Amino acid sequence: MSHGNMNLTLKVWKQKNKDTKGRFETYNAKGISPDMSFLEMFDVVNEQLINENKEPIAFDHDCREGICGACSMYINGRPHGPKGAVTTCQLHMRSFKDGDTIVVEPWRSAAFPVIKDLAVDRSSFDRIIAAGGFVNINTGNAKDANNILINKDDADDAFNAAACIGCGACVAACKNSSAMLFVSAKVSQLALLPQGQIERQDRVLNMVKQMDEEGFGNCTNTGACEAECPKSISLENIARLNREYSSALLTQNKIHH
Amino acid sequence: MASSSKLNAKIPEGTLESKWTKYRSTVHLVNPANKRSLEVIVVGTGLAGASAAATLAEMGYKVKALCFQDSPRRAHSIAAQGGVNAAKNYQNDGDSVYRLFYDTIKGGDYRAREANVHRLAEVSGNIIDQCVAQGVPFAREYGGTLSNRSFGGTQVQRTFYAAGQTGQQLLLGAYSALQRQVGMGAVTLLARHDMMDVVNIDGKCRGIIARDLVTGKLERHFGHAVLLCTGGYGNVFYLSTNAMGSNVTAAWKAHKKGAFFGNPCYTQIHPTCIPVSGDHQSKLTLMSESLRNDGRIWVPKKQGDNRKPSDIPEDERDYYLERRYPAFGNLVPRDVASRAAKERCDAGYGVGTSKMAVYLDFAFNTERYGKIEATKHNLHNPSKEEIMKLGKDVVKEKYGNLFDMYKQITGEDPYEIPMRIYPAVHYTMGGLWVDYNLMTTVPGLYALGEANFSDHGANRLGASALMQGLADGYFVIPYTIGDYLSEEIRTKSIPTNHEAFVKAEAEVNERITKLLTIKGTKSVDSFHKRLGKIMWDKCGMARNAQGLQSAITEIQQLKKEFWSDVRVPGEANELNSELEKAHRVADFIELGELMCVDALTRNESCGGHFREEFQTPDGEALRDDDNYAYVAAWEYIADSNFELHKEELKYENIKLAQRNYA
Repeated sequence: MSHGNMNLTLKVWKQKNKDTKGRFETYNAKGISPDMSFLEMFDVVNEQLINENKEPIAFDHDCREGICGACSMYINGRPHGPKGAVTTCQLHMRSFKDGDTIVVEPWRSAAFPVIKDLAVDRSSFDRIIAAGGFVNINTGNAKDANNILINKDDADDAFNAAACIGCGACVAACKNSSAMLFVSAKVSQLALLPQGQIERQDRVLNMVKQMDEEGFGNCTNTGACEAECPKSISLENIARLNREYSSALLTQNKIHH
Repeated sequence: MASSSKLNAKIPEGTLESKWTKYRSTVHLVNPANKRSLEVIVVGTGLAGASAAATLAEMGYKVKALCFQDSPRRAHSIAAQGGVNAAKNYQNDGDSVYRLFYDTIKGGDYRAREANVHRLAEVSGNIIDQCVAQGVPFAREYGGTLSNRSFGGTQVQRTFYAAGQTGQQLLLGAYSALQRQVGMGAVTLLARHDMMDVVNIDGKCRGIIARDLVTGKLERHFGHAVLLCTGGYGNVFYLSTNAMGSNVTAAWKAHKKGAFFGNPCYTQIHPTCIPVSGDHQSKLTLMSESLRNDGRIWVPKKQGDNRKPSDIPEDERDYYLERRYPAFGNLVPRDVASRAAKERCDAGYGVGTSKMAVYLDFAFNTERYGKIEATKHNLHNPSKEEIMKLGKDVVKEKYGNLFDMYKQITGEDPYEIPMRIYPAVHYTMGGLWVDYNLMTTVPGLYALGEANFSDHGANRLGASALMQGLADGYFVIPYTIGDYLSEEIRTKSIPTNHEAFVKAEAEVNERITKLLTIKGTKSVDSFHKRLGKIMWDKCGMARNAQGLQSAITEIQQLKKEFWSDVRVPGEANELNSELEKAHRVADFIELGELMCVDALTRNESCGGHFREEFQTPDGEALRDDDNYAYVAAWEYIADSNFELHKEELKYENIKLAQRNYA
């Protein structure tokens, strides 16, 4: 079935599982419409592979509206492809030209092992949140919501940080595979809000410790993470994380020694 | 009408207002030491699942949480846009628990259970308190208080929101509460796991069979109770606003193992979605109902008018919702708005290339906001451009991410030209039948959130799905599960080499082998698309007896073809997306048949179920309260054989009336 008139060459990373070596395979994507999303283009290629009795390409995806953070393709050397501030699922084929060759790889990071083809294991992010990315409050203990007044600017800044979708593009973009933008977004959200004050210091120390244990690299202030973030999470959050971390270290040293 | 003897809704005695309070104070408790040895399995980690798993773990139960996504944070609740309702009356506009209760029953076209809905309204305020305490960054006013907006089917402002990403922020709140318990070892998290079947022993649910989606290995998990928080089944239509992975498999397996399915035909078609652009389309994208606060819906007054929207003068536009329903205007409930859009398009007034779309236009309110801002900023005699620019900033703050999404998908800028929208499948009010405790007809097996049928009747009001998911998980199940588990404290953990586990796993294995060895000629997706077309054409926004009868025949035929000609590549012992989809589509096919059977049996129109044979002269849904004021709870007997049980709906506090939004 033909959908449009773009024809493309795809060079896609194929890898059976985490224990085997991968390689690039070449595929032809024919009859692509400019209105398709990048993932719908992959659907067409996979349908064709299935019809030819070949194995389809594995990739993560779910909501296809840019919010779940599942899709994760490294396209022509950029996480989520050539357009700024969009996820792979919201990248449309009108951003490419007929005849283009497109190279598609998984996120590359020691802390994101490849599961199969373009799908990687990002459970390290979940473990970082489990280490401290929360307010310590049980269900049923809350007071009336309007008893906590929050300055609108702080609320807006907290929201902007909280908009992180946990896709891992920041890590994939970073030459050091640093997860600082991801961690800083959660630390910032909770540091900016009164609800987050009680465990402000433990939170940042525990999350950074877990981040290091997972094997993410250090931050060298290159800014690729911010440039590639589909939700435009700001580098200011990393500055805030650094302040929070230093301040927590200093204060805690005073207490313990 | 009497309720079937197989259905006991266990609604507490007493007045509507006192039922829940009294119940909470008298329900059996489990002491802390016993909680530690009681195991609960939670399937799904959306708002209902994550909040239930976190809360039960906080209480001391041993919890296992499963999700098919790579992280619990990606469950599809994340995509909910507009907001969450709560009867806080922060706007001082006359809201109350009773009003939220009343609006929900009326919005559901008088097909929901009074006691459940009242409880939902009672706990709605606690949800906002809990989420704020977790650090959920809701929108706020300059004074620091929480902000509200309006949603359909109400005349108060009770919707709390975080831009167009409310579901994301609420889910991340519940997810962080869940991860906190994971970090403390109180919850065992199994991501990338599909539930393949439930395991019943001596008439009680005692666990599940799951598949590790990375290794393909089948696993047996014991639980004293199992909670299905697995969302809705809108993907039976292939195209919907659901995520690609959203599926009915867990609920359907439970159904085949004894859980009755409630009101399967009640589907919500959301009025404001981005129209289909071609046959490559894999899903549809919602444009939040909150946009109807500031967007006005219209079509040209002239049929087939091909002028650009900006060239059509004001008096040649038909703001048909404002015309037909002046009291609620653009904020009528979803089913009413969807049918009105379909009516205009079917009559030849649709816009865009496909003519299957209507305009959602922000120009009027952008200008209105611009004027307010100009006054605030002391600008005298501002130009139209200045006004529109100021207004655009206001609109951007309210809906920025939605406008960006629209532009990304369509290539058109909605700040400059009206959005084109059309109804699309969004939510399913139907689901597993549950009693007041949220327990299905199988003891020990529960259904929460969209997976159950309980609170929305035949049509859900906007911003009520988030409310229900979190109500069920944070504030209902933590109490009601005690009623069952207090009787289970003597039940030791059952070893998973029990014959029931062995048998269930063998059956799953057999099905996987069958799917992989058919080696037919057609892809799973091709079957899914065909099913979706049958469902949309014959069991969609409008249904009739003839269409439903033919749909049932076509679906039975499709099922035969699927099981003899589907092609599932790859192996069982690896990450195999096609195999995952094959399981899900096989279950969707069986569910599709039941939906049509249910729709055919319900000889009335109500809410999202619109039978063309039953309508008022004005084209509104015509209910038949004498014969159909019941919940249809279907029992699975055998392949294509379902038995209807009725739960009579008794309205003791609300007078049944034809809905009137005019």
